[in-house]
Amino acid sequence: MSDNSVLLRVEDLHTWFELRRFGFFRIGHVRAVDGVNCVLGRGEAVAVVGESGCGKSTLARTILGLYTPTKGRIVFDGKVLDTKDDKAMQAYRAQVGYVQQDPFGALPPFMDVRRILDEPLVINGVKDPKERDARIRQALEDVRLTPVDDFLGKFPHQLSGGQQQRLVIARAIILKPKLIVADEPVSMLDASVRVEILQLLRRLQEAYGISIIYITHDLSTVRFFSERIFVMYGAKIIEQAKTRDLLDNPQHPYTRALLNAIPDPDPDNAHRFREVPGGEPPSLMNPPSGCRFHPRCPAIIRGKCDAQIPPDLELEPAHKVACWLYADNVQRESA
Amino acid sequence: MNWMRTNLKLLTSYPSALAGLVVILALVIMAVYAMVSMPLSEAINLWRAGEGIWQDTPRNAAPAWLNVFRREKLPVTQVYDTTQMPGSKTVESLGGGLKEIRVVFPVEYAYDGFPQEISVFTTAQFEQARPNLTMYWLTPDGREIPLGNETLRASESFRLSQDTRLSRRLRNQPAEIGLFADPGAPSPTVLKGTYQFVAEGIVFEDAADIDVKLVVYGQLHGLAGTDHRRRDIMVALLWGTPIALAMGFVAAVGATVSTMLIAAVGAWYGGWVDELIQRITEVHLILPILPILIMVGTLYNRSLVVIMGLFVLLSVFSGGIKTYRALFLQIKEAPYIEGARSYSASNMRIVFRYMVPRVLPVLIPQFVTLIPSFVFLEATLAVLGLGDPLLPTWGKVLWEAETNGALFNGHYYWVLAPSVLLLVTGLGFSMLGFTLDRVFNPRLRGL
Ligand SMILES: Nc1ncnc2c1ncn2[C@@H]1O[C@H](COP(=O)(O)OP(=O)(O)OP(=O)(O)O)[C@@H](O)[C@H]1O
Ligand code: SF4
Ligand SMILES: [Mg+2]
Repeated sequence: MSDNSVLLRVEDLHTWFELRRFGFFRIGHVRAVDGVNCVLGRGEAVAVVGESGCGKSTLARTILGLYTPTKGRIVFDGKVLDTKDDKAMQAYRAQVGYVQQDPFGALPPFMDVRRILDEPLVINGVKDPKERDARIRQALEDVRLTPVDDFLGKFPHQLSGGQQQRLVIARAIILKPKLIVADEPVSMLDASVRVEILQLLRRLQEAYGISIIYITHDLSTVRFFSERIFVMYGAKIIEQAKTRDLLDNPQHPYTRALLNAIPDPDPDNAHRFREVPGGEPPSLMNPPSGCRFHPRCPAIIRGKCDAQIPPDLELEPAHKVACWLYADNVQRESA
Repeated sequence: MNWMRTNLKLLTSYPSALAGLVVILALVIMAVYAMVSMPLSEAINLWRAGEGIWQDTPRNAAPAWLNVFRREKLPVTQVYDTTQMPGSKTVESLGGGLKEIRVVFPVEYAYDGFPQEISVFTTAQFEQARPNLTMYWLTPDGREIPLGNETLRASESFRLSQDTRLSRRLRNQPAEIGLFADPGAPSPTVLKGTYQFVAEGIVFEDAADIDVKLVVYGQLHGLAGTDHRRRDIMVALLWGTPIALAMGFVAAVGATVSTMLIAAVGAWYGGWVDELIQRITEVHLILPILPILIMVGTLYNRSLVVIMGLFVLLSVFSGGIKTYRALFLQIKEAPYIEGARSYSASNMRIVFRYMVPRVLPVLIPQFVTLIPSFVFLEATLAVLGLGDPLLPTWGKVLWEAETNGALFNGHYYWVLAPSVLLLVTGLGFSMLGFTLDRVFNPRLRGL
């Protein structure tokens, strides 16, 4: 990807949480994000998938500037993010919108719609009340909360779940961001409105050229929503590829297990996340040595997989996988 | 805040809240009236004053409005004073510096009960020669009863009710009965009509003068009656209102705000700060507050300010911290806080604009219900004899009633009025507080 077309570059990103007992004694770390590398293009939508607790939300929050990375760096729009510079971080956050999972929880219950949308503008220095009003109206139009005047005075509890999530999206775009991070934006909504919300995001992405990081459990929505998919396992990205490529031709044993074509009587579940057979998700306090999937991997290479961490191997352009199985292939091909 | 306004509108649909508001409003009006009608220093002085100031009020009189419910009307106090009634005194010069001063008070008496007491107070101005005064009592049926002949000092008080010679003259009845009784009736019955009190004085100097005041003490007085020191209980009841409200309010503000802030600090910073606050709270929960207050009141200081400060201090680490802490922890984790961070809301803004509004619905009702509990605590201490030494408060009225055997002597009004005020205060604030809780915290509705 050429440098100018890259919006976000994440390099060797680590986010660890200190664990303390009685508020005093350190007893270890939760390595919720542990060495993530990825690149996001301008106007591109990628999906991040992975089982519960693998670090998706932590990655999202670190990218949002809500968590300070323990190690590694984020390069946004050609600039390295300085997490110690409050001014720079505020300017950065203004360019990244956040769509949360629980729309009702994401909205202050005691503020009305106008106030909710006004807050980001006031905080980020839009001083002219007329301009704020215009931008609030534009944002509501953009998310199809119309007629706007009917909504301005409403409180979150007076809106339906879908309308609440539209409002959250309006808040995320009101500062005209270049990137939206959507952490499971539809998982708490009625099935009937999910598609609508995803279409709305897609439309905004196209209309304003916004990049989107879409975190999800639901592989069925991924196919039409995102250009690429990142698969996370045990705080790392273990496979990334173009959507079609990954769904049709998964390489990593974990991805394969995810997409395992066991016939399912319910067609809705055709591409749903499945439990990976055998074993439990890896501990992020004491992650397994070598490949984090090795205790559960059916294709384990003993002596190698449990000792050495597999590198990201580029099988094809834009299809990377972190698995020792392909080490020889790649070497042979590149040799 | 819009949201508040909506809720307040909802509040008016609850009769209990309206009743509570009416009670509180009445108390506030009472407090304002007390403060406007009489400065605090005057109230304190009145309440500490002796019989010199409370000369014209009866002792242990019941409230005057009791007459409304009585078939046989009891008297209220009648005061006749030459300095207040210009026409009642005539001066006639007899030549040679001699003057005769004649005082006539027509005493209209239409009550069914006898007065409580009768007294005459005189003030005389002279240089050398003391004036002489002769007093009579003329009854409606034409009898003339001599009340005595006295040589006056500068000021005298003649308690006719305690005059045994007079009582012997009245067939061994005390003056307040004998002077007003119908001589024909078998048992003492009031002879209604216009009596006359006549005092004839002789002064021996040109500049000399006599003033006379006759007080026919009633059995009833004012709105609240009087106590054993002739003080109008209403003074204490009236001024007790602003004192109780101010004390309850200040203590409740101090307690809720400090509790909330400490809980917020603990929840916000977590770690050992939180642990410390938690442990202090737990130790504090088993401290016996009343004994501590009694100890301080006995050994150190009983002034209201000290006691109030102590209330607040003792309630800072109250169980409320646990409630607020749980609440703050919950709110801190709310997604909208994280959302606010994602658009760079500052810590201050988050605490005051995003967290505190969520606590207010719990804080406000608790605050309102806390007010009367502080008022009660002060009253409790006062009843135990540890009230403020200067201020007239409801609790002190109760204490004095108790120490003077009010109930034993049938002076129920003395106990009843301050008790009712305390009760009504508690009821008013509780009704409002509980309703606020229902309105602000709808999850409790219907519980
Ligand atoms: N603030 C935190 N402090 C300590 N540990 C945390 C914190 N946030 C997350 N974790 C831990 O980090 C790991 C990754 O959490 P994360 O929320 O990122 O997972 P996730 O992939 O989003 O899961 P889900 O699909 O359930 O949302 C989990 O084990 C979680 O317990
Ligand atoms: S590296 Fe080894 S253990 Fe890990 S997924 Fe590949 S084959 Fe399985
Ligand atoms: Mg998550």
